[in-house]
Amino acid sequence: MFDQLTEKIQKVFKNLRGQGKLTEENIQEALKQVRLALLEADVNVETTKLFLERVKVKALGKEVSLSLSPGQVMVKIVHDELIQLLTPKDKNANKLKFAPAPPTLILLAGLQGTGKTTTAAKLALWLKKDGRRPGLVAADLVRPAAIDQLATLAKEIDVPIFKPEPGEKALDVCLRAVKTCLQNNANILILDTAGRLQIDEDMMKEIAEIHQKLKPTNIMLVVDAMTGQNAVNVAQAFHARLPLTGLVLTKADGDARGGAIFSITSVTGVPIQFMGVSEKMEGLEPFYPDRMASRILGMGDMLTLIEKAEEMSRQQAVERQRTTKESGFNLDDLLDQIRQLKKMGSMEEMISMLPGDHTQKKQMAANAPDEKKIKRMEAILLSMTAKERRFPQVLDGSRKRRIAAGSGTRADEINTLLKQYDMMRKMMKKGSLMGKAMNMMGGGGMPGGFPTGMPPGFPR
Amino acid sequence: MGLFEKFKNGLKKTAQQISGNLESLLKGSVKLSEATLAQMEESLVACDMGSETAQAIVREVEEAMKREEKADSDLLVRHLREAVLKRLLKTDSNWVLPNPVVVLLVGVNGAGKTTTAGKLASRFSSDGRKVLLAAGDTFRAAAEEQLTEWASRAKVEIVRGAHGAAPSAVVFDSLKSGLSHGTDCFIVDTAGRLHNRQNLMEELKKVVRVVEKAAPGVKQEKWLVLDANTGQNAINQAKEFNREMELTGIVLTKLDGTAKGGIVVALSEQLGLPVRYLGVGEGLEDLIPFEPKMFAEALVPDLTVNV
Repeated sequence: MFDQLTEKIQKVFKNLRGQGKLTEENIQEALKQVRLALLEADVNVETTKLFLERVKVKALGKEVSLSLSPGQVMVKIVHDELIQLLTPKDKNANKLKFAPAPPTLILLAGLQGTGKTTTAAKLALWLKKDGRRPGLVAADLVRPAAIDQLATLAKEIDVPIFKPEPGEKALDVCLRAVKTCLQNNANILILDTAGRLQIDEDMMKEIAEIHQKLKPTNIMLVVDAMTGQNAVNVAQAFHARLPLTGLVLTKADGDARGGAIFSITSVTGVPIQFMGVSEKMEGLEPFYPDRMASRILGMGDMLTLIEKAEEMSRQQAVERQRTTKESGFNLDDLLDQIRQLKKMGSMEEMISMLPGDHTQKKQMAANAPDEKKIKRMEAILLSMTAKERRFPQVLDGSRKRRIAAGSGTRADEINTLLKQYDMMRKMMKKGSLMGKAMNMMGGGGMPGGFPTGMPPGFPR
Repeated sequence: MGLFEKFKNGLKKTAQQISGNLESLLKGSVKLSEATLAQMEESLVACDMGSETAQAIVREVEEAMKREEKADSDLLVRHLREAVLKRLLKTDSNWVLPNPVVVLLVGVNGAGKTTTAGKLASRFSSDGRKVLLAAGDTFRAAAEEQLTEWASRAKVEIVRGAHGAAPSAVVFDSLKSGLSHGTDCFIVDTAGRLHNRQNLMEELKKVVRVVEKAAPGVKQEKWLVLDANTGQNAINQAKEFNREMELTGIVLTKLDGTAKGGIVVALSEQLGLPVRYLGVGEGLEDLIPFEPKMFAEALVPDLTVNV
């Protein structure tokens, strides 16, 4: 289901191994893959074009360090660039603004069915938990029972609500709410408006009028994470009538990549402020550019993993390469790797950073090496002498018995470990150590490669 | 303005985009250049057709044009339209609403299921069917109230349960009560659910089973209600819902804006799922039966037509 961008780009670069630099020629194919990934994520066609230009400029002439493959460097550039574009220049741009004199108004706008009513209530609860005094205003007089829906939610989260009285229009109820909210224990009002098409002139006039009369401090466009190419048209049209101050991405708990929101923010410059992540009232989160970037590229938090590995590689690559050259891959290196694995966090945590759907991940977790076993392996290795680790061939029955006793394990466990070490050593003979380690960590062909790529060195 | 006009109007912008591009691209040229092909693909991607389907269509059109003697822009439009139509026709076109029938409306949150239920009720009722609406969305706040309002607009019966009740129980009661009163057309509204929520999919499967039990032998139509604004995620949605409950069709909603709904071309091709109705507004009557030819024409209009 998830097309693995990293995997694809990796394939593109497979024939280019050993190249130290990214050039116009060798990134052409990779850029095509990036383009496809972005379009699949519903990033707008035009936005995609501009983005690829930026990536190209950044990538050209880039040195490829020893520890990473050209594919990984390329993915990292794409990812960093996405993060940069998703991060507002003004540090506080993604925070709610409060009016100098109460009440502070938050106007929610958007197409039908994007989740405005639910977001209004979630936002109210979020503010309430922040120690503030929010109130909800039911200004959707179009959709049948929209008022009832907001009233039910208001009751559930125990927040005052302002409902239209017979004969009142959307603007009227908003004005009345502003006048009466302070005596009703609310100093922040969230205005839930009807869903409207950006080309519906009457409805756009209605919301423009609410904006003119009330001058809300925050004007937020609610955007469904599943939206396609049309998103930019919609947002631009809204932005032309209402100066938007923020975006809310809803239904982000689905498996949509949500590239539309990237197009919107990069075309309009309006920052993304919140994400709706469940049907529960608590399901509202602040927006994180890095997570969103990974999501758009369909690769979980894998970049975090690449970065962690990169960090470690810088520290240890030099030392390691020397050791390897001298005596090949020995048990010291294995111990090193096990410790790195532990440093990178628990298996479960690592898997959660990987791309893929839930079922895939569950399967991976089941196949991943048991943390207890990893600890036992470490214990075995630590019970060996330095000489034994460097020259494993000296290990005989008597030494093994001693190690077993010292580490609280059994001799057959030691044999298993040695067998695995042997397999790993053969594998390690090809290619750089860190490159291989990276593959095992998930830098390579994930997630398919995980269950098979990892276990050669580790027990199941 | 007729309903189809309304829909066509909505698509005007795409139409202009696609055809406008083609016209300017073809002027004076004999062969389709790389740039022309790329731009054609982009126009298709811009209606949410997805790059895979767009590329396939572009290749087909390129091949077809090679067989032509001259590079005429009208010919290009014709081939393009044919390539789109071919995909939409992968599904049966002689379908009629079974009698009796249970229509189950499913989909993600906010797709327009409740509104569609109301519109369908009105349509089928005026076709002479005895319609009953079942308020199977017991989760969303005030969903039952919303459906009740539609029932009264469409002047049809509604059965609703307590808020928070098991949807399968509400559906069971609706069927039992309807069947004993001569209802031949049940329209079941269900709660919106994201297709990656397994427990919610199970809940839906239970509704399907309950329908089989309470109304044995009655044909079930299981329609995915899809917002025309949806991008490539529609493929995942359709696949998952289809896997869990074998969908029989799609209702494409919110086509009265600038959304193109090009994703149904991909859905039709990849999953063979037919589109049954198009939602084109918020009114009771704003629903039209889907016609592949008209849809293809609206997506890829004549160059000479004054769009």
